Amino acid sequence: MTDRILVNITVNGMVYERWIEPRLHLGDFLREELGLKGTHLGCEHGVCGACTVVVDDEIVRSCLTLAVQADGAMVETIEGKSESGAIRDLQDAFLERNALQCGFCTAGLLLTADALLQAEPEADRARIREHISGNYCRCTGYHAVVDAIETVGERRRAGARGAQP
Amino acid sequence: MNSITPRAATVEKIVGRAVPRPNARRLVEGRGTYVDDVELPRMVHVAYLRSPHAHARILRIDAAAALDMPGVVAIVDGRQLAEICAPFVGALSHLAGMRSPPQHAMAVDRACWQGEAVVAVVAQTRAQAEDAMQAVEVTWEVLPAVTRMDTALDPGTPVIHPELGDNLCFHREVDSGGVDDAFAAADVVVEETYDFGRHTGVTLEPRSILADYNPAERRLTVHHSHQAPHMMGDLYARLMGILEADVRVLCKDVGGSFGIKVHAYADDFATVALSVLLGRPVKFVADRLESFVTDIHAREHRVKARLALTRDGRFLAFDIADLTGIGPYSMYPRTSAVEGNQVINLCGGPYDHPHYRATLDVVFQNKVQTSQYRGVGHPIACAVTEGIVDLAAATLGMDPLELRRRNLMADDSFPRKGASGILLESLSHQRCLARLEEMVDFPALRREQAELRAKGIHRGIGIAVLIELTNPGAAFYGTGGARIASQDGATVRLDPTGIVHCASGVGEQGQGTETIFAQIVADEVGVPMDRVRVLTGDTAATPYGGGTWASRGAGIGGEAVLQASRQLRANLLEFAAVHLGLPVERLRIAGGSVIDTAEGVALMDLAELGSLAHFRPDLLPAGFQPELVVTRHYAQRDYPFIFTNGIQVSHVEVDVETGVVTLLKHWVVEDCGRVLNPLLVDEQIRGAVMQGLGGVLFEECLYDENGVMRNGSMADYLVPMAGEMPDIEVAHVETPTRSSELGAKGAGEAGTAGAPAAVMNAINDALRPFAVRLTAQPITPEKILHALHPHLAG
Repeated sequence: MTDRILVNITVNGMVYERWIEPRLHLGDFLREELGLKGTHLGCEHGVCGACTVVVDDEIVRSCLTLAVQADGAMVETIEGKSESGAIRDLQDAFLERNALQCGFCTAGLLLTADALLQAEPEADRARIREHISGNYCRCTGYHAVVDAIETVGERRRAGARGAQP
Repeated sequence: MNSITPRAATVEKIVGRAVPRPNARRLVEGRGTYVDDVELPRMVHVAYLRSPHAHARILRIDAAAALDMPGVVAIVDGRQLAEICAPFVGALSHLAGMRSPPQHAMAVDRACWQGEAVVAVVAQTRAQAEDAMQAVEVTWEVLPAVTRMDTALDPGTPVIHPELGDNLCFHREVDSGGVDDAFAAADVVVEETYDFGRHTGVTLEPRSILADYNPAERRLTVHHSHQAPHMMGDLYARLMGILEADVRVLCKDVGGSFGIKVHAYADDFATVALSVLLGRPVKFVADRLESFVTDIHAREHRVKARLALTRDGRFLAFDIADLTGIGPYSMYPRTSAVEGNQVINLCGGPYDHPHYRATLDVVFQNKVQTSQYRGVGHPIACAVTEGIVDLAAATLGMDPLELRRRNLMADDSFPRKGASGILLESLSHQRCLARLEEMVDFPALRREQAELRAKGIHRGIGIAVLIELTNPGAAFYGTGGARIASQDGATVRLDPTGIVHCASGVGEQGQGTETIFAQIVADEVGVPMDRVRVLTGDTAATPYGGGTWASRGAGIGGEAVLQASRQLRANLLEFAAVHLGLPVERLRIAGGSVIDTAEGVALMDLAELGSLAHFRPDLLPAGFQPELVVTRHYAQRDYPFIFTNGIQVSHVEVDVETGVVTLLKHWVVEDCGRVLNPLLVDEQIRGAVMQGLGGVLFEECLYDENGVMRNGSMADYLVPMAGEMPDIEVAHVETPTRSSELGAKGAGEAGTAGAPAAVMNAINDALRPFAVRLTAQPITPEKILHALHPHLAG
């Protein structure tokens, strides 16, 4: 419809140069331009949190972020975080605790949980519940999700203590 | 070759253990395959122009300008699609007298609800389709809309379908007899009306379908986010005039279903018809705004209830009148009358009472169609029953737990009939109540309640006893003429590498179906679970089955897996005995090996048997043919349904200044028969509880007087968030069903059935000092404040 704009976006460590429509949101850019289908679109109006990705170390809703806004930015998606092993502990804990059912919200929840535990590894259940309240899950009832995140927080704290001289 | 396996004799059963789901790894790594992830060559996208009016005649459609827009492939109206797709009627013959007019894939001449598809715009991308949709002009003649169910049958109300004469879809009465006499003789009669707001499932993945018709071979392949692939294959075939054998439905990862994705939507037929018309793949993925006005809604009911009882609290009779509004067409093919039908079958269900009467009126409206959503009638029946039982306890001045104890059906009274006529195989109300009292310290909660009340803090405790129908037989749909399989099949085979493959007609939407099937195969064949692969969600590769609904996956699908696995093990043992020249009685299979029980040694791995059978049949005795593929089917035919039971307790705090309800804790005792995997079943229960909590506190599809939905977005329609949900403690009592060898009953819906009643009762318990009762769900802060301050209402 409108003239395309050239963007240069680093996604999971790879640099992509693309001419895109200015209206294209980051979620559609990742899914349609790059084929990264692990980012899911649940509402496309910024409420459900399923489309959460990491842009320059901040979690954002890719449906509320225009792809042109990510020009020059570093974007990480569930695919990149999985391949790097950065959230392996959270993924394992979600599996052990069965903290997912259909899995549609899971990528967003994992990235949101990781952001919390990086900032506040000591987060308790109430804080975890508050922090993930922007990520809707219709399957689990959240209890198991909170359990899994709490467990990883404990493990990360124990690991940090163990690593100290 | 022979090795000592000392542990082989004591291989632990995998069924019953908390095994995580192997198939969830791909989901946590973002490597699932949901329908919108699938892209096919020459694929195009459809966007539907939907009626903005609840009821309107379509006078003219002008698509000339839109056809010239970039990327547009076709613009099609309902008349054109009607030439490809036959109309359909959502009626079941065993719901006597039920009627509904024919419905089309897209509206023809008239739209009957806001959201009904009127024009299909097909383009190279979804964005182009939506762009072009803006340029399609439809001229409407707005017609009066029927929105209220309580006046839908009034003579002055317009009739939506004049050929039917009135707006009644279905009427039914149940009467055990003796109800009027019981009420006349009762010491105490309590009466109350309960309202239930419309809500919907809000699957996080919207409804999605990718139809791929290949005109060269007249074959249709449909990638569908759905619970019942075989049912859909049959419907596509019959409505489009394609042979069912040439239709393949694939359901890979499904992003939440809850009953929302068990129906055949007009959009599904339209999308398939477009693919037939265009001869290329057509994808439709609902966006969230259209999900709210096209996904089925549920639960719009008003129920008047009366309970007659003696002075000492013995229940004598229930008298129920249910009114429900279902939209302009009964949903195809499961209908929109089942929910109300369940309500009048289930009210009073946990209790021993001689007399029961109920009436049901199901009426048409110009709103989104309603139909089966998780729990299907149970949350309503449970809230009505448990609400009025609590009212009776309050009236008698009796402890609500004690009143229930006096009236629950005794555990030793089964099998038996309920007063409404339902057949109950074996329930455990008394044991569940005892287990609940171990979990919940009621005296301590009551003490705390009294202490806090003195400080102006209002906490309440609400109890809900429930029954849930699961493992249905053909009584649900088949006897009513719907081609929805109540049986299910499983094919189990040993491959040349010693892996056991299981294909089942029951699919996976995250419940853990594939995991429990792998557990059953592992135990019954005798292999480690990592040597089992499960395939579901493909009508071309799995036995014909019903799919996932009415809490049937584990109980029906699992029994077929068990029977097939047992026969495969028998075949393998016979094969091994012939090959090894040993009596079959000496052999068993464990850990993936054939074991000589006399010597306690492993004789050969199943991989060797698999390899022999496939590649070296020349080494086998003449006339012996090993059979390494077994299919078995199972249909539950002992009862119409296998009922389960459970009890829930909700602990809440009500802020009487703001009306806000805080959920402090929720307890569940559930008897779903044999527990196959506690890790998975507990999460089924917790998730189901949450959907009930959403219904009782937050979720409602709000309409204006013109039938336009006012809150059809994720921002305006409230679903439970993590911060508002309590921890949910779950315990089990196990009463295996005797209708199968597996013994499993369903577990997926009971949580939703009981949670609204428990919370409603807890809120009313908290507010007892104020002598108010909240009986209209969702129980919002606004409703609580209006009840507490009636002078502010209006």
